[in-house]
Amino acid sequence: MSTALLAVQTLNGLQLGLLLFLVAAGLTLVFGVMDLINLAHGVQYMLGAYFAVVGYRLTGNFLFAILIALALAMALGLVLEFLVYRHLYGRSHLDQVLATFGVILFLDEAVKAIFGAAPLALPGPEWLSGSIPLMPGLLYPVYRIALIVAGLAVAGLLYVLVNHTRIGMLIRAGASNPAMVSALGVDIRRLFMVVFAFGGMLAGFAGAMAAPILAVEPTMGDNLLILAFVVIVIGGIGSVRGAFIAALLIGLIDTLGRSFATDLLKLVFAPAAANQIGPALSSMLIYLLMALTLFIRPAGLFPAHRQ
Amino acid sequence: MNAPPRSAAGSLWLPLVLLALFAAVPLLGLAGSPGYVLSLASRVMIFALAALALDLILGYGAIVSFGHAAFIGIGAYAAGIADAHGFGDAAIALPAALAASALFALATGAVSLRTRGVYLIMITLAFGQMAYFVATSLKDYGGDDGLTLNTRSTVLGSGLLESDLAFHYVTLAILAAFYLFCRVIVMSRFGRVLAGIRENPERMRAIGYDPYPYQLTAYVIAGMIAGVAGFLLANQAEFVSPSYMSWQRSGELIMMVVLGGAGSLHGAIIGAAVYLLSQEYLAQVTEHWKLIFGPLLILAVLFANGGLTGLLASLRPGKPDPSKSKTQTISDS
Repeated sequence: MSTALLAVQTLNGLQLGLLLFLVAAGLTLVFGVMDLINLAHGVQYMLGAYFAVVGYRLTGNFLFAILIALALAMALGLVLEFLVYRHLYGRSHLDQVLATFGVILFLDEAVKAIFGAAPLALPGPEWLSGSIPLMPGLLYPVYRIALIVAGLAVAGLLYVLVNHTRIGMLIRAGASNPAMVSALGVDIRRLFMVVFAFGGMLAGFAGAMAAPILAVEPTMGDNLLILAFVVIVIGGIGSVRGAFIAALLIGLIDTLGRSFATDLLKLVFAPAAANQIGPALSSMLIYLLMALTLFIRPAGLFPAHRQ
Repeated sequence: MNAPPRSAAGSLWLPLVLLALFAAVPLLGLAGSPGYVLSLASRVMIFALAALALDLILGYGAIVSFGHAAFIGIGAYAAGIADAHGFGDAAIALPAALAASALFALATGAVSLRTRGVYLIMITLAFGQMAYFVATSLKDYGGDDGLTLNTRSTVLGSGLLESDLAFHYVTLAILAAFYLFCRVIVMSRFGRVLAGIRENPERMRAIGYDPYPYQLTAYVIAGMIAGVAGFLLANQAEFVSPSYMSWQRSGELIMMVVLGGAGSLHGAIIGAAVYLLSQEYLAQVTEHWKLIFGPLLILAVLFANGGLTGLLASLRPGKPDPSKSKTQTISDS
């Protein structure tokens, strides 16, 4: 039974990792290209889930709901860029942290005022319901498998987009030397808007896809945001590849740590002590990993070569 | 750019007025509901103390700590845990709070201060989260739900702090003492080295000052002061909870410092007062006060560069604007 549990938890970890990657990819691009800390990225993820709920209520169709969520998440990104973020480029990181903190307060409260604080539910599509046996005695929900597949597909798409297209080339150039890109005649403002809207759309997509398996509530973005920051710091700010690897690492370590840390500790400590330390240690594990990474490599695993 | 020397005497009236205002609060409270006014004022002073500590490292040392609320929590838990074991006297609980926050600051500071910029913000955030999760897993001390204190700490056996009025003045005295302490630090040789590191670490290194020990010392001092604030907060609320060290709290502390104007010490006190009082006021106007408060914060950041003390200073002709003394990034957009 233990192998079955290990397999399930590994899949769960993979799924959390891919979800984290979708959020972290936008965050690291915005960070890398615009040198902007966007604390409100977690709220954009949360709103993606709410947009999907709205879309579902309007159309009654899951696919349409996701498409509506994507469109609205992108629109939200553009509006935020126009109203707030545009004025923060080139400001100190401290100012950015504070202004985006204000954005969080506003959007969180707006969601509470419109939808209420109680969690909402988004039903998954009929054709992805049920479970399939992965191995004898191990059933795994189809929707979660679909989530993993969708996450991997978006990661692949992003890889092609960033590494093999013209806009991707500009984004990579912008991440390493924005002033030079601007000097070479690229409209850097438009590039910034595109990156911001696209990052917001990725976060919104993650939120919408996560909505059927999580409770849709105003606080759902908070913890994920912090995890996404851990991911981009470990991966190296501005590096999509680093974000991908770090996201999977964090997803797996966090999920497996939570299920097995206490049992592993019981091998060394008395059961009572292990029961005490286990939960604390497992929730600290990823932060320990981050502190250790920064201690050894102060700019993350795959630092983008910023001039 | 060169920072104009801050005149110590010229900026003394403002902190004195602030402390006098706090001292006068109980008189004001006689008319309405004294309990509410006193507890609000005490809370403002406690957060002012924590913001003061943060300003010492953020404003003078350019160390942007996004995990400073952890120290409040550690101080508060020291008080709460000491109380739970029957050591409810300040003579034991307060040194415990100081020692715990100093140790945490030393350990986390030693690692964090090796990084710079954004990475420093993020690693302090990570350590803050670690402290938060440890607190939520303290099942013997309430875990997620927090811990209610049996009584407020006694002071060498006397129940002095039980009276809200006495607590108010004790808090005020502590705030005033630490304000003075920070002012002395800032004007000392140590403080000048710290400010030099803020302005230009390479140059300081070139003239023979290694930034690391100076920054670490400042970080530990700031952690300990915030630990005292936590001790006071636990006593004021007679309750300790992990939410004291959530990352939102750390963000609020930074907001208080920047709102008041970083690098002026009394700015942190003004910032804490304005932040908490406007929150309190808006919460009475509407249930959804954050809808107003959020945009206000954004506007404050976008347009009030240098914070409230910066605004005050720019109103007085001939006085140097404190916001201008810090290196400002040049906008290229």
